[in-house]
Amino acid sequence: MMKSTEEVTRLPRVDVESAAIRAEGLRVVRGNRVVLDDFDLTVRRGTVTGLLGPNGSGKTTLMRAVVGVQKVAGGRIEVLGRPAGSAELRYRIGYFTQSPSVYRDITVRQNLQYFAAVLGAPRSDVDRTIEQVDLGSHADDLVSRLSGGETSRVSLAVALLGEPELLVLDEPTVGLDPVLRRDLWTLFRELADAGATLLVSSHVMDEAERCQRLLLLREGRLLADDTVPELYARTDTSGTEEAFLHLIDRETHREVAQ
Amino acid sequence: MSPRITVATAHRVLNQLRHDRRTLALLLFMPSILLVLLWWIYDGGPVFDRIGPALLALFPFISMFLVTSIATLRERTSGTLERLLAMPTGKLDFLLGYGLAFGLMAALQATIAAGVSIGLLDLDVAGPTWQLVTVAVLDALLGVALGLFVSAFAATEFQVVQFMPALVLPQFLLCGLLVARDDMPAVLSAISDALPLSYAVDAMREVQVNPTPEVWGYAGIIAAFAVGLLALGAATLRRRTA
Ligand SMILES: Nc1ncnc2c1ncn2[C@@H]1O[C@H](COP(=O)(O)OP(=O)(O)O)[C@@H](O)[C@H]1O
Ligand SMILES: [Mg+2]
Repeated sequence: MMKSTEEVTRLPRVDVESAAIRAEGLRVVRGNRVVLDDFDLTVRRGTVTGLLGPNGSGKTTLMRAVVGVQKVAGGRIEVLGRPAGSAELRYRIGYFTQSPSVYRDITVRQNLQYFAAVLGAPRSDVDRTIEQVDLGSHADDLVSRLSGGETSRVSLAVALLGEPELLVLDEPTVGLDPVLRRDLWTLFRELADAGATLLVSSHVMDEAERCQRLLLLREGRLLADDTVPELYARTDTSGTEEAFLHLIDRETHREVAQ
Repeated sequence: MSPRITVATAHRVLNQLRHDRRTLALLLFMPSILLVLLWWIYDGGPVFDRIGPALLALFPFISMFLVTSIATLRERTSGTLERLLAMPTGKLDFLLGYGLAFGLMAALQATIAAGVSIGLLDLDVAGPTWQLVTVAVLDALLGVALGLFVSAFAATEFQVVQFMPALVLPQFLLCGLLVARDDMPAVLSAISDALPLSYAVDAMREVQVNPTPEVWGYAGIIAAFAVGLLALGAATLRRRTA
């Protein structure tokens, strides 16, 4: 695992084969706000890539563009070698939205059975994903009876159905206790080791250390696209929060200077 | 479009209803209870015979319109619709899944209501009961289609419920139940010709008075309206949004 990190450090650009997501000159306008403009991005296959940034920086918008549910005003975005939103990608991407999108008036298991049928995923996926998010003891409860964190894990389980090649997870660990958070990050790492690519957003900076690569987004612009060691070296810091504050300050000074 | 997804969607919608016993009971038995009330008010007389079948047309339309519009509004606002469309779900899978589930509910509802009116309340119906039920199911599908379409124009459940009087009451007033359609002022009669519920009530009346009713013309018109509204509804389902 660490070996590939070092390789990545040496390679300035990623070849097409190893890019799971590749955006060039992406432009997204929401309402009358330009959220992303002339935005370039590469996410490597088989990694856990953290997408970090303050609220409103454009994380959700970028993820929606990757999944193909966001109207895009310009530029290109390719996912797993296909234009984002292609019909065949619908089987290959798992998407966890920031607010849980599951049915509250049926049970956990019925939710998973339904989405598994939609995806044509094997029936055994239902039990597997329930175990992966540790909801075994709630499998036959109505979702409306679950706590917020449990509901969000049902939605995460849906994203894991069908063993997608790319998982796009929008703040999946918000509102979870530290033990569950650690377990989920371990799960993400295992999935990546098994070959999946994960793009995981968070506005909690200390989660960044769990990622192999970090993207720091601020007002629709990438301030960093590094591995954790690279980021520390570049900013002369030893904590992610500190590093990000450093980058943001530097950016602000630059803006003021102009 | 995929039969697997359509059937799974219908199954899921029925599961949702199954967990909501109160809605289920209201859907299935409310029309029958109202018919009994009507029969009681008119003491089972000729007025009941005249209005009864029209109500059999009205109930499935109204109740399926309401449940569908609210259910799809919830799908739109809770993100489940977006999730389904990011998955391999086709728009038709979604629409037909709802149509299938609520069409089935309407068939049950209409069978119970027809059974109560004919068996218990002695409603005079010359034609075969199954045609009454078939027309009721078509009316329900019309309600489903209208509900799906309307949910795109509502941001809240309050708004959706307000569409009920706006879209359903005028059709009720003009469908020929209160005043025969031919006896209305010409303008209103023409408007009534353009409204689907008018044909639903005509079809029910035809089954009531004619031992060998010719309902297929009416049924075709109702089905055409339902398909047209479903197509409009499909146009409001977007995979990509701003
Ligand atoms: N539906 C929308 N219409 C208009 N503007 C929006 C919409 N959704 C988000 N925005 C705006 O786009 C910007 C980025 O939002 P978002 O991608 O949700 O950020 P993040 O996920 O990083 O918090 C914000 O300024 C937000 O106000
Ligand atoms: Mg967000």
